[in-house]
Amino acid sequence: MRSFDYRCAADRTEALSMADTAQARFLGGGTNLVDLMRQNIEAPAALVDVSRLPAAIEETPDGGLIIGAAVRNSAAAAHPAVRTRYPMLSRAILAGASAQIRNMATIAGNILQRTRCPYFYDAAGSRCNKREPGIGCDAIDGFNRYHAIFGGSEHCIATHPSDMCVALAALDATVHLAGPGGERSVPLLDFHRLPGDHPEIETALRPGELITEIELAPSAAAANSTYRKVRDRSSYAFALVSIAAGLQLVAGKIEHVRIAVGGVAAKPWRATRAEQVLLGQAPTRERFLEAADAELAAARTFDGNAFKVELVKRTTAAVLSELAGVDA
Amino acid sequence: MSKLQNAIVGGVRTAMSYVPSSWLPGGKPDPLIARRVTLGTQQPRVDGPDKVRGAARFAAEVPMEGLLYAACVHSTIARGRIAALDVSVAEAAPGVVLVMTHRNAPKMALPPPIGLTNLKAAGNSILPVMQDPDIRWNGQAIAVVLAETQEQADHAASLVKARYEAVAARTRFETAKADARTPDSLMIEKNQLKKGDVQAAFQAAARRVDAVYRTPWHNHNPIEPNAATIVWSGDRLIVHDATQMLNGTAGSLAKVFGIKESQVHVSSPFVGGGFGGKGLWDHQILGAAAAKLAGRPVRIALSRAGMHRLIGGRSPTEQRVALSAEADGKLTGLIHHGFSVKPQHSVCDEAFTLSGRSLYASDSVDIVQHTLDLDVLANTFMRAPGEAPGTFALECAMDELAHALGMDPIELRRRNVSDGDPITGAPHSQSDMMLAYELGAERFGWHRRVAAPRSLKDGEWRLGMGCATGSFPYARMPGMSARITIDDNGHATVSSAAHEMGMGTTTVQQQHAADRLGLPLDRVTVRIGDTSLPFGSFAGGSSQTASLGAAINAASAKLASQLLRLAGNDTPLAGLKVGDIEFADGGLRKIDDSSRHESFVSILKRAARREVSVTGESGAPLEMLKFSMHSRSAIFCELRVSDVTGEIRIDRLVGCFDCGRILNPRTAASQFRGGMIMGIGMALTEETLFDERTGRVMSASIADYHVPVHLDVPDIDVLWTDIADPRTPMGARGIGEIGITGVAAAIANAAFNATGKRVRDLPLTPDKFLFA
Amino acid sequence: MAIVINGTAYPLPDDPRVSLLDLLRERLGLTGTKLGCNQGGCGACTVIVDGARVLSCLTLAVQADGREVRTIEGLPSDDGQLHPLQQAFIEHDGLQCGYCTPGQICSAVAMVDELRRGDPSYVTADLATGPESATRQEIRERMSGNLCRCGAHNGIVEAIEAMLAGAAP
Repeated sequence: MRSFDYRCAADRTEALSMADTAQARFLGGGTNLVDLMRQNIEAPAALVDVSRLPAAIEETPDGGLIIGAAVRNSAAAAHPAVRTRYPMLSRAILAGASAQIRNMATIAGNILQRTRCPYFYDAAGSRCNKREPGIGCDAIDGFNRYHAIFGGSEHCIATHPSDMCVALAALDATVHLAGPGGERSVPLLDFHRLPGDHPEIETALRPGELITEIELAPSAAAANSTYRKVRDRSSYAFALVSIAAGLQLVAGKIEHVRIAVGGVAAKPWRATRAEQVLLGQAPTRERFLEAADAELAAARTFDGNAFKVELVKRTTAAVLSELAGVDA
Repeated sequence: MSKLQNAIVGGVRTAMSYVPSSWLPGGKPDPLIARRVTLGTQQPRVDGPDKVRGAARFAAEVPMEGLLYAACVHSTIARGRIAALDVSVAEAAPGVVLVMTHRNAPKMALPPPIGLTNLKAAGNSILPVMQDPDIRWNGQAIAVVLAETQEQADHAASLVKARYEAVAARTRFETAKADARTPDSLMIEKNQLKKGDVQAAFQAAARRVDAVYRTPWHNHNPIEPNAATIVWSGDRLIVHDATQMLNGTAGSLAKVFGIKESQVHVSSPFVGGGFGGKGLWDHQILGAAAAKLAGRPVRIALSRAGMHRLIGGRSPTEQRVALSAEADGKLTGLIHHGFSVKPQHSVCDEAFTLSGRSLYASDSVDIVQHTLDLDVLANTFMRAPGEAPGTFALECAMDELAHALGMDPIELRRRNVSDGDPITGAPHSQSDMMLAYELGAERFGWHRRVAAPRSLKDGEWRLGMGCATGSFPYARMPGMSARITIDDNGHATVSSAAHEMGMGTTTVQQQHAADRLGLPLDRVTVRIGDTSLPFGSFAGGSSQTASLGAAINAASAKLASQLLRLAGNDTPLAGLKVGDIEFADGGLRKIDDSSRHESFVSILKRAARREVSVTGESGAPLEMLKFSMHSRSAIFCELRVSDVTGEIRIDRLVGCFDCGRILNPRTAASQFRGGMIMGIGMALTEETLFDERTGRVMSASIADYHVPVHLDVPDIDVLWTDIADPRTPMGARGIGEIGITGVAAAIANAAFNATGKRVRDLPLTPDKFLFA
Repeated sequence: MAIVINGTAYPLPDDPRVSLLDLLRERLGLTGTKLGCNQGGCGACTVIVDGARVLSCLTLAVQADGREVRTIEGLPSDDGQLHPLQQAFIEHDGLQCGYCTPGQICSAVAMVDELRRGDPSYVTADLATGPESATRQEIRERMSGNLCRCGAHNGIVEAIEAMLAGAAP
């Protein structure tokens, strides 16, 4: 780890003014950034600690929620409003990492996690276009069991490792930002970028910009929602695939449905094609499989991850069947 | 090993078969088998209070004045040479005291390899360490940075720049088969075994199975990283190491640095898990060399990635097992062939064919294994080397055969269990595998199993049960020594350079010594973990308890004789000979006659001695050549496989062990469970990702190498036959390794029972059952 | 600018790269907290900061400014009596080599507070109501961030159950 300046910000204004160089990075719980610095993948000249910024979870007048960027993952998962109104978010957070890490990690830090691709992590010995644009990708012909089936490019097939973001994607969350140019908001679905020709650019974040809050709109599909994570180890492991889904039935028909898939792309993958197939339909397992197929038509697989197509399909159908109360 | 060795071992075995058993060590059963006081009782760990306080001191925790911290730089090619190495930026970095490379490293001899003939050698790899620019595996250390803090050393290490001239490296398992070698022996056993006409047997058989099984690279991944704190005091080398080979490390370092063994002092009172991975590797040598150059003490604690680059793991295996049987299940043919990786610089054969030749009787046998020479870090011993992958293949094959025969898998084993060694005919010292099956089956509720696969479902989960045999040979190492000192308070101190890696060495040997010497537990202290103590053999092969037990037993015999001499004539013991006396009640007495007793205190006081001290040694383990000595287990598993995702959840494991007498049920149960849990990891999750394009390990972290977590581990029931082995000290056989054996097979067999799908390559990850 | 560790205030290190783990082990001699992977993968370095279990390897020491840190050395009472969970670990043989043990114990001490607060886990059936009781599944999921390679898992879970049953502090 290269040495750096450490500055601890008391409020947002101070944080923005402290991040005065392009080499500065905001520090939340540090669970990813400190590790990346130790691996010589990140080498900021300054860290601006924003983990002590005011962090609250507030209900909006319309019945939504605003979650402060510095709220710890564990606090968000345990919050009564999250548990009752957005259970998929609570369960997604609880599916991630370990209790200790969830106690440290902030909401914003979770969103800004970087991929766990082993070639990305091996700064000394492997090629990775994220680390060194243009050098090549060792994953495409290497170990890619954990890699993307959606939205990859010839330069990168890494996946985003977050569980929480999969739920946020399903919930149409909004990311509020503050920066030198003022405040703005970006839908979470537009926040993470697909690799394209520039896998090193991972988010819509501009230089010096800070995530301040996440906003969840009220959602008819959220109350009846859940998150299911499939992994190699029963706990404390990254997802092979995961499904965040919510469903509201009215008069036996699907009135609202939200589906997002984790572990399949450089961003949490909102399954809009699948949702479209389901809207207005009666909930049956066959229909759910059909919806998954519609989404998976765009999948592109590699030697190690072809199984994900079938896994996503079955898991999606199982989760939706459970939510709809129909036989899996 | 060599043809010559085969001839010698074979010759000794033949000679031994004419020697009456009573002449051999253990010929007269250890009297402690019948006279146990604390042995066999639950005793808490002696070191428990220190460990729960965090007060047990490990190798990287020894404080030293002026300590420097080391960081390693690793090669990124598998074969070739360093063309250019720029250390100038690293040398100029803050806090850096030294950058050592092949250009300035001291001249060092090759580390002598681990072998059964030289217990003072501990080298896992016999390559020169940082003596030339040659690169022999991807991850080899090319530089060591010393700095005032670990942060400074780590950062400076990232500033070392190397350029390589790479040459084509042999890194592919499949390709290397064309040049496979066939060793003459595996440890002290002949590699190639043929008996009868296998081909004819297969042609005539009522049923046959023939399949290929694969196990991947594994790494030990103890929670304590390999680490050493090293200082030169003049020409003495002091190493605080995390090692299961104290004297081997001392002897090897002496050779490497060209000094006398007495000049090397290795200390390792606590080891944070070993499993075969805490031997001598390059880091101790590099740390000592760098400390010598810098003239200051050095701590070299490997990073987790560094462990995957410098500490070898278990070789992958590809095994073909073919079985043929009569309709009644009687085996007529057994073929066990296969490949494992063993580079020329490695000392470890992954002897996966050994279990197959001792477990079951078959009319014809064809067994041989081959090794592949790759440009990789030396592979090494890992918990139940050989037997862990070997029992996976063999015991899955037995399950397949049972299924093909329509026979209960336990019944199939009953019909083929061998009374004595199936090849040599040597009698078992003690063995009752089927009792283990009976007791285990009853505890498990095996009768509830539905034989037809894919029969039971609970929601999305398919339910299944399976069983398998586990096996590990007995071993006792010669040369292990122990000193017993009795002081004038009648307190005994037992000392030996033995190892504590969590097995409960101190606890169990305190029980042993107390019973042996007729003392209560609180009047015995056991000191281990340091080469200033009498010579210890390595803690490996489940041999330490028996070896140290034999040493203490030998010392106790000397002690009796010494004390009798000291007692003189003015004693109730007057006139008695050594053969007439025994230890009892804190002293000696005439056998079975309490009226003729004198305490240690009294004897020493009259002799005006403050203490008496004797040393005994574990003698040649001739019993191992005369008898077939194996521990066995019956492992049972109940599990669920998701019909949706292919995920496996283990609901229950039962292990019943036939391992001689159990010395401390509490620590033994933990050992068994621990092995079985490593077996869960082997079955379900563990795999070192070795990139065959580059020879680089891509799972070089404990986040990517999945050892079992709490949620993977169900309630594990362990029980044992507790039948004494009359040929071993205390009637016990080692229990450290056997726990892992058979577990992966039991799990795979249960998964077949649940799903009808037979997965033959480990680990059993969800994708492999997705289409079940 | 200070960290309070087991009731004693210590100055912060000058080098902000120093992790809380390194501060404890290399600078303050508090080696009860263990380094297992130094990257958040094993839980051996778990300590309790302001009542919450965290990984000291991924915590920069400067980030703990003004916080109260409790380590394994701070669990026994002032007169040296072991914490009930430490005692339970001995009685249920919840350890072998002892290296992951301090992390397991610190983790479990804080985990019990989370359970009592009704915080849900991934295996909690009804998130709204929280865990109905401290089942073995709940304990196992919540302790899964602490790896043990020797395989003391059964004993660890039993020790935690024993402490819960004893309704200790």
